[in-house]
Amino acid sequence: MKHLLSTRDLTRDEAIGILDVAEDMADVQSREVRKLPTLRGRTVVNLFFEDSTRTRISFEAAAKRLSADVINFSAKGSSVSKGESLKDTAQTLAAIGADAVVIRHPASGAPQVLAQSNWIEAGIINAGDGTHEHPTQGLLDAFTIRRRLHGTASRGRSLDGVRVTIVGDILHSRVARSNVWLLTSLGAQVHLVAPATLLPVGIANWPVTVGYDFDEAIDAGTDVVMMLRIQAERMMSGGFFPNAREYSKRWGLDDARVDRLHAATMVMHPGPMNRGLEISSRAADSPRSTVLEQVANGVSVRMAVLYLVLSGERGELS
Amino acid sequence: MPFRIVLQQADIARALTRISHEILESNRGPDDLVILGIPTRGVILAERIARLISDISGRPVASGSLDVTMYRDDLSRNPTRAPSPTRVPATGIDGSVVVLVDDVLYSGRTIRAALDALGDIGRPRVVRLATLIDRGHRELPIRPDFVGKNLPSAQGERIYVRLHESDGDEFVSIDGGESPGQNGAQK
Repeated sequence: MKHLLSTRDLTRDEAIGILDVAEDMADVQSREVRKLPTLRGRTVVNLFFEDSTRTRISFEAAAKRLSADVINFSAKGSSVSKGESLKDTAQTLAAIGADAVVIRHPASGAPQVLAQSNWIEAGIINAGDGTHEHPTQGLLDAFTIRRRLHGTASRGRSLDGVRVTIVGDILHSRVARSNVWLLTSLGAQVHLVAPATLLPVGIANWPVTVGYDFDEAIDAGTDVVMMLRIQAERMMSGGFFPNAREYSKRWGLDDARVDRLHAATMVMHPGPMNRGLEISSRAADSPRSTVLEQVANGVSVRMAVLYLVLSGERGELS
Repeated sequence: MPFRIVLQQADIARALTRISHEILESNRGPDDLVILGIPTRGVILAERIARLISDISGRPVASGSLDVTMYRDDLSRNPTRAPSPTRVPATGIDGSVVVLVDDVLYSGRTIRAALDALGDIGRPRVVRLATLIDRGHRELPIRPDFVGKNLPSAQGERIYVRLHESDGDEFVSIDGGESPGQNGAQK
């Protein structure tokens, strides 16, 4: 794998392959020595043009557990704030000798630009670009679902027939997009629930079903409820819903809705959570919640992605 | 040199039986033994050896697999390898006598990686090495303790090991570079 830009590019077999490598990486997490010498001498740059704690430290932990050298680069307080272009930044990283660049950028497609340019030879890993994709989040969500369903017998399994309901701000969510492409490739049935104002144009072409009523979706039965964060920072114009109270009442996973879920239904959230808005504290802290598992699994999945991008002769695989 | 079979199924069985006896003799019994195979065919051989030792001694012997992919020093020189699971006894390997098993011993680099991998999961009292074929050409100071067959070979020649569990038939062959047209492990 030369780059990881999108889950849309991944075939079912490729996706299962990444999840299987992540299983091996997860095994390492449970050992006394949680470190592998695999990427010794390789340099991974975390190039973050947007604030992120969770994803950056997850990638940092993953790279360090594979013995890579890690350079964290935050656009804030760097030459980027003085007007340096992505091209100049990339060429600087190439001169430093970066072998992989983990990039988060507010512009959709920025990782693609970097991967297709001749500015830098490094493997590019998309850590979230605008409202486009967040492939490692999709992979860690799929990994978490597979582990909850199959436990230690997860290797080689797909998600055939698993019903996943994704609820909330689909319009601004790169997590939702990555999950839709990946989960459907793996055989899951994805149902989206959101206010009409928070659904993107062209959603009719997505391989999903769409509804507006959360209660209806719960009554229909689902194996997974994935709550999305209301991304207030991307709602400059406002008017997507009347107020937080109404949103919470109609599309929030409150205590009453949690009680109506089937006993085996898992509750997921990519974090950070707006407790009391899209999810209640009881739902977030209940045994059915996978929020902390998602964080732990994120390290394993990112180790797998870094391994697959950085091992092997560069460029021999697409 | 044309394709030539050097071990038939019965020869492999005999070699494994002899190795099992030698392991028991050198260990003075089956106590503390853990037989760990290196994927993929090493794991099959390790399971067979553990079974044989159990049959001979009348006591159960633990077996497992030790993946060395993440410890290889040639990861950037070859196509990406998919790792295999590592399985060790639940009680761990601390203080045990670990016998590493591989199908063909060649440069010794796989065994170096295996020793590193082993060090990360525990501290065995002793580590020994058993291999079905030793074809020579070592690049590191590594020597097997138990050998099924010494098979001096030219570097251009290829050794193929095929086992029932993974390949459907069973033999060891050597050829001068041409593939035998089958998918056996090539070393």
